[in-house]
Amino acid sequence: MSTRSLSKGCFVFKPSPKRRKVSRTTADYFREGNSDLEDSELRFATCQSLQKQVKSETEQIEEELNEQLFDNLVSFLRRSHSAFQEKTTEWTWRTKSREIPTAALVLGVNVTDHDFTFRSLSEVLQNNVTPYIALLEAKDCPGIKNLMQKLLGQLMNCCIDVGSSEEEDYEQVSHTRVRCSMTSLINWYESATKRTDSETPGKKRTSSRHWQSPPVVVIFKDMESFTTKVLQDFVVISSQHIGEFPLVLIFGIATSPMIIHSLLPHSVSSLLCIELFQSLSCKDHLSTIIDKVLLTTQFPLKLSEKVLQVLINIFLYHDFSVQNFIKGFQLCIVEHFHSNPLSILCCQLEEAKRRVNSLSHNQCENVRRLPSFRRYVESQVSEKQIALLTADSSLKEAVRKLLEDLNVYHENYFPILRCLHVFTSSLPKYPLGKQIRELHCACLENRVWETEEYESSLQLARMLNKSDLVTMLQKCVEILVSSPGREFDEIVERLKEFLTQFQKLEETYQERDESVSPQKELQKKTNLYNLQKTLLELKESRRSKKLTKFEMLRFEVVDYIDSLVRRYLVPADHKTLHEIVYFNTASVLREHLNAAPRIALHTALNNPYSYLKESSPVIYFAKCEPEVRFILRRSTHKIKCHSVFIDPLKIQQVVTWSISSSLLRIVSGQENVIFG
Amino acid sequence: MSLAECRSAGALEVKFVPDEDVLRHIADDAGVKVQKGKSQLIVNTKRFVKKLEAISDDEAQEILEEKNYVAVLGLCGEESMTNGSSVGGGEVYTFQTPKRSNKMAELASELAQTPGQSVVPDPSECPEKTARTPQSSKRSSSNQVQQKTKKNEFVSTTPYRLRRRLAAPDAQLESESEYSASCSEEEEVEEAQKEVSTVLSHQKTPAKTKAVSTPPSRKTLTKKKDNMNNLVEEYFEAHSSSKVLTSDRTLQKLRRKRLNQQTLHDLLQKSPLAYAAEIKELNQQYESLFSKWMLQLHLGFNIVLYGLGSKHDLLEKFRTSMLQDSVHLVVNGYFPSITVKSVLNSITEEVLDHIGTFRSPLDQLEFIMKRFKEDSSLELYVLIHNLDSQMLRGERSQQILAQLSSLPSIYLIASIDHINAPLMWDQAKQSLYNWLWYETTTFSPYVEETSYENSLLVQQSGSLALSSLTHVLHSLTPNARNQSSLGLSFQDFYQQCREAFLVNSDLTLRAQLTEFRDHKLIRTKRGADGVEYLLIPVDDSTLTDFLEKEDEDV
Repeated sequence: MSTRSLSKGCFVFKPSPKRRKVSRTTADYFREGNSDLEDSELRFATCQSLQKQVKSETEQIEEELNEQLFDNLVSFLRRSHSAFQEKTTEWTWRTKSREIPTAALVLGVNVTDHDFTFRSLSEVLQNNVTPYIALLEAKDCPGIKNLMQKLLGQLMNCCIDVGSSEEEDYEQVSHTRVRCSMTSLINWYESATKRTDSETPGKKRTSSRHWQSPPVVVIFKDMESFTTKVLQDFVVISSQHIGEFPLVLIFGIATSPMIIHSLLPHSVSSLLCIELFQSLSCKDHLSTIIDKVLLTTQFPLKLSEKVLQVLINIFLYHDFSVQNFIKGFQLCIVEHFHSNPLSILCCQLEEAKRRVNSLSHNQCENVRRLPSFRRYVESQVSEKQIALLTADSSLKEAVRKLLEDLNVYHENYFPILRCLHVFTSSLPKYPLGKQIRELHCACLENRVWETEEYESSLQLARMLNKSDLVTMLQKCVEILVSSPGREFDEIVERLKEFLTQFQKLEETYQERDESVSPQKELQKKTNLYNLQKTLLELKESRRSKKLTKFEMLRFEVVDYIDSLVRRYLVPADHKTLHEIVYFNTASVLREHLNAAPRIALHTALNNPYSYLKESSPVIYFAKCEPEVRFILRRSTHKIKCHSVFIDPLKIQQVVTWSISSSLLRIVSGQENVIFG
Repeated sequence: MSLAECRSAGALEVKFVPDEDVLRHIADDAGVKVQKGKSQLIVNTKRFVKKLEAISDDEAQEILEEKNYVAVLGLCGEESMTNGSSVGGGEVYTFQTPKRSNKMAELASELAQTPGQSVVPDPSECPEKTARTPQSSKRSSSNQVQQKTKKNEFVSTTPYRLRRRLAAPDAQLESESEYSASCSEEEEVEEAQKEVSTVLSHQKTPAKTKAVSTPPSRKTLTKKKDNMNNLVEEYFEAHSSSKVLTSDRTLQKLRRKRLNQQTLHDLLQKSPLAYAAEIKELNQQYESLFSKWMLQLHLGFNIVLYGLGSKHDLLEKFRTSMLQDSVHLVVNGYFPSITVKSVLNSITEEVLDHIGTFRSPLDQLEFIMKRFKEDSSLELYVLIHNLDSQMLRGERSQQILAQLSSLPSIYLIASIDHINAPLMWDQAKQSLYNWLWYETTTFSPYVEETSYENSLLVQQSGSLALSSLTHVLHSLTPNARNQSSLGLSFQDFYQQCREAFLVNSDLTLRAQLTEFRDHKLIRTKRGADGVEYLLIPVDDSTLTDFLEKEDEDV
């Protein structure tokens, strides 16, 4: 069937029912796309399970992060309509209740993540507070009428969700017929609450989750995009009816709470009783995700410095979206397992060891081809070299050992990294970065102790005061104790020793204070000459002064930390077999996530040879007769003069034009002209 | 008749012209050219001086420079292939016009100085010139006008800047290094030149070259002194005349610009595709990605293809090779009357077999989303050619498509071509689309995509309008005929017609005009002052042709 038609733009193709059975699964595509057929099924399974793990982990993290916020919101809702629930009819309450309780939810600029937040928020509310939730978006509500329509539609639908199925028909009918006004909303609310009150005992369970006369929650997802008039009208109208049904507004705000006041005049905003809620900033959110997903040994796949940098840059410079960051990470997982045949070993250590045993010969060859493995082989004695390169069994043995090493390396790496971060994050000016991710990148990039920043941060660390030093050491001990690394007992011992020494110092200091200071002696002497002499002596002694005990200890501590860093924070690409667990083709990631179509067009037009690699431009020019070049030049000039050029669809037309106008004989193809 | 003759002459007579002729021809143009703004000239001569120092006339140097230029670009290109962003914002599509033009100057001077080796076959210009000379003698007076217009067109066929550049070199090649323009004297000279050239341009004699070249040679040695004084002024003058950068070359100016559809098609068919092998290889490279695309589609990403060249064939190949066993929808975004509604309709009616209508696209979308969420076995591949087409690029359409594509069981693969296409999507939409970008520069012509559009090269309905014009005119009474003049206010027109004794009342004129109006040969428009204006919505060339024909007939 063809997709060319003069009367139609859409074509649906349905396979015949017989053929439909043989549809392929995702795993098939995974296998097909691979040049290496090695273990692709297993790889795909590993990939999928890893993806699932990451997904559940990130979701859980997000839930935890939002928990606090949601708790606050729920308690706010509870408070806001406590009066209504008691059904008090006091006059004072009536007058006061012209104010609509409103929650201003400051969510930050990461707009793409808001959807997720709102979805989980409405879930939480639905489960705990009220079935009556309406989510409104500015693009659906250009006028107050549309807003009411949308509002009623959503409210009545969610009523159906709670209500039984037999009521559905009735609701469906009313939904289309009901005139969208506040009165109909109130009527609906009354009937709805009545119905839930008078429900059969079997259904009580559902309503008991919610409160008596649950509030109607209206969420404005993107407050800033609503037109002022719509918002004003809605607030004014609903404030008239606030006595009749419990309404709560939630404003989702991306910028600052001030926006409420700039959007709504005082007369309107005074009808709102606003309480401010602040969600976690997206940067903190990202740090948590990086901390819990990337800086652990929990997930076998690791990101190399460049890849991480690309992801972080996209986050910081493009969207502030944690969701997109996670998406990028997911893409890394797929790419890694898809492109690297050895990624089969990228799983938990025990499993990986088992898999090493069943490696095929081809896979062994793949291992031998790894640059890091070659380096390793070269460092071995010659007999061992031969064994590694010829016998698969000895290779497998070595791989097992190396994988174990790698695992140990990671186990040690992360806690020590955190310890170092404790130190560097409190230094003035943060020479190694404030965030742990920066430190992580620096460590991955090359030997961190060879960098200038590290040097300066050590120097700064040598000037720390005692109390800071003690708290840092305590933190380090905590980190190390809680981490699973095996070698840390000794380190912890040592650090504790330092701590006790500091303790002792304190006591000795007090003793020292009592001893007579030279200054006191100074006062006794009145002779000018003597005075001068002692002052000189003092100066001398100060210059060549022996370090105090504290200073000595401080030096010792810093040196110790330094030695730890040198031992454990070796960059990953110095490790043998790092290719298996590190995803490092950052260019792929950037190409697919952060593409530059403009530049692609530019390159294609100005330098098609980067795509058509065969013939080099120089040869091409040498081949051309001068007049051809001359005319080509002119035609290029013509092309460039036309604004239609900007639209690539039209380029061809311009090109054909120049062909037809003067270049019939010479130009043999479009590229020539374009290139010129 | 004469028109047709002339046209055929232009198309068929491809003649090789000796260098001297070409040179003279260029110099001719140069003479006329000097009339253009003085500041421009100053700027250019100024620049020219700078350039000439760098120019050396041997071929090797030329090629070397070429090489450097290409190498720089190549570097960018290569990097952009690997990490995608090495070409910075400013560099992309600024077109580097100054650089280009000075290249042209080099080339031109090169051509001028090394006459032995180059022959310029210029089928559009030179043959016409030769072809016309014998004819002009026997032309009637009415043809004179035409010839004049033709001449103007003809004159402007050499690129504007080139002509300007050429004004100087052939006159002053020897002394150019000392030559530096100063404003006041320049003006005088120009004044003189202007006079000379305006006179000469009507006569069209070879002597013109000499006449033009004399004044510049006079001034060459006297310039240097108040060079410094004027430097500042020149600087500002040079920078104020940004006009220099744009060219007045338009399609309209081109002689013999329009072909009919068939000829154009044939012409295109005849020219073989260059680098066919490389392009094929390129395409094969992309085809090897198909299963990866499928994998990524299944993993929840959507795929967008970008890059120069039509991606229609690639997607079509993808469809035939991968999607034969599954339900899929192909949307031709370039189809002129495509709407989101038609996309949604084909999903609901043909994929979901739903009969019934929806109040709004949003309702329809909701319905689709509901159905796809309920039934997890439903899967749909959507291929959209040109997601950025006129009809689909609207905010609402994109929103709906984005929401559609965010469904886990709808797999979207689309292509974009417009250079600013990514601007369609804000962050929210992008995250709904969940794009993976793939660069697929195919270099293949946009045949399918442009098939619905009118080509710029094809003579648009010109012949149709012309014939209808003739027909209508012939069907009118002689009195009415002469009314088909111009776009002018109704009252003026009425006055004119009255004076020519064509009509005697407002009403009769209107009645006669309806005939024109019915055939869409005349349009009325109300101006800002409420006066009715008459317009002829036919382009100038057609009208000129028409008038010529009429004259011949008479």
